[in-house]
Amino acid sequence: MSDPPAIETHGLTRSFGEVRALDGVDLVVGRGQVLGLLGPNGAGKTTLVRLLATLLKADSRSARVLGLDVARDAAALRERIGLAGQYAAVDENLTGLENLTMVGRLYGSRRAAAKARARELLERFELVDAAGRPAKTYSGGMRRRLDLAAALVAEPPVLFLDEPTTGLDPRSRLSLWAVIEELVAEGTTVLLTTQYLDEADRLAETIAVIDHGRLIAEGTSDQLKDRLGGERLEVELEPRADPAVAVRALAAMSDESPTAHDRLVRVAVRQRDGAIVEAVRRLSEAGVGVEDLTLRRPTLDDVFLALTGHAADVDSGDGDRDGDEQPARERESIA
Amino acid sequence: MRRLVTDTLIIAERNLIRLPRAPELLIGFTLQPIMFVLLFRYVFGGAIRTPGYSYVDFLIPGIIVQNTAFGGFATALGLNEDVRKGLIDRFRSLPMSRAAVLGGRTLSDVATNSLSITILLVTGVIIGFSFHTSFADAAAGIGLLLLFGYAFSWFLAFIGLLVSSPESVNSVGFISVFPLTFISSAFVPVASMPDGLRQFAEVNPFTIIVDAMRHLWLGAPANNSVWGAAVWSLVIVAVFAPLAVARYRRAAGG
Repeated sequence: MSDPPAIETHGLTRSFGEVRALDGVDLVVGRGQVLGLLGPNGAGKTTLVRLLATLLKADSRSARVLGLDVARDAAALRERIGLAGQYAAVDENLTGLENLTMVGRLYGSRRAAAKARARELLERFELVDAAGRPAKTYSGGMRRRLDLAAALVAEPPVLFLDEPTTGLDPRSRLSLWAVIEELVAEGTTVLLTTQYLDEADRLAETIAVIDHGRLIAEGTSDQLKDRLGGERLEVELEPRADPAVAVRALAAMSDESPTAHDRLVRVAVRQRDGAIVEAVRRLSEAGVGVEDLTLRRPTLDDVFLALTGHAADVDSGDGDRDGDEQPARERESIA
Repeated sequence: MRRLVTDTLIIAERNLIRLPRAPELLIGFTLQPIMFVLLFRYVFGGAIRTPGYSYVDFLIPGIIVQNTAFGGFATALGLNEDVRKGLIDRFRSLPMSRAAVLGGRTLSDVATNSLSITILLVTGVIIGFSFHTSFADAAAGIGLLLLFGYAFSWFLAFIGLLVSSPESVNSVGFISVFPLTFISSAFVPVASMPDGLRQFAEVNPFTIIVDAMRHLWLGAPANNSVWGAAVWSLVIVAVFAPLAVARYRRAAGG
């Protein structure tokens, strides 16, 4: 009952030179929860993870993980957290077994015990056949699994996953998701950053949307969608129809003004019942030809668009290993 | 403290395990020095006068010193790669000793330097080199060489963390190490150099360490070079170990 939350930050701030990568982030994640941190490249996701995983120091000292101060109690904290990065941090010239054994020994295990634990993890992550091969021969998905296995060597109660599936093919993503879901079922607290809305939707109970270093919304996926109000009506116009006329014709159906993108007009309708009939009537009265018309629940994409004014997955998905711009820039300038 | 020792050894072991799997580096330690010995001995050797010694006797201490200095490139390239590939982040998220990553790196260089010193000595003996001193002196020479190589690894650790890519490690490393080793007594007698270069060569630490090696292996006059080499080694560690550690902290983002 008196257990402190798994993760707790108050006004967490970190700047890189002029850039405020994190600007007063307040966050609470209960034990055993999964928080999805959603945001575009450069939003501050990676900075937040690096701060919580003791890799970076905050400007303001106000973050606790499992009740331990990330700056003052960093050494004790490192025994209890696992970190898997967006680019798999394993030694390419070591085999899977050697990588995991090394990590186990660096946690303080004796060689035999570390090796036994390594074999256990290789089995769990279906890497037994590749255990004796250098990691540079692994596929992208195998490397991520090995990286995740390395984060789990000491069975940490809190796990940080920084864009765990960025750049993976769909099948590898699904298998990694299954593994993460298993961990969650076992009671691990997970903070997961992602730029994929479907990933946050599937894995996370709570989603925090971050942009320009600030949390701009937090809630369950349903709560976030409800914030947008009801259903979305999408109208695809005939090639020669005038979107401006369609927007004017549909404006009365919504509290927000409809948006038009090429031939696609979107309306957040006030009322679901009869919306399609009414839309068709209004459009035909205005003389606008319709090609297709759908009514659907808002997706997290809509949420993101509404909250930030830009789409979530701008230039994402190609496995950009620096994902978050601020720390990457810092690393570049040092390097 | 115990943590520091065990973690350093774990990292050193890791560096040595992966060495044979990066063949280009292994070739650097083995074939390349042999090639240089043969080139100097047979291409330049005939044209260089070394009063009191055959050129092969003169050359081997010098080229081994140069090669030991280059041994630290494994540290420079390895650290550079670890930072770029995010492995440093992995290490820093573990409850391991902070100093072990650098300590293990420089320590594994001692092992690779021992290997290349052995290879060069065997090559030298085959082409006519011989020790002119007692076994104890010759062994002391190898010890001094390993100490100097260890110190120089800290300099190269700093370089490896300073620059952004392995290509720049190579160019910055070569540009700093090549002139230092060539403008020294390693390959030609310093007396044969023009004014300016000669004065530089006389105070160059590489001249001091090479002279110390020639004293311990060939019985050449010591002129305090043995003490000088030991002091230089300690000075290099004292200067570059803190610089490398500071750089490591920054490179790791903390």
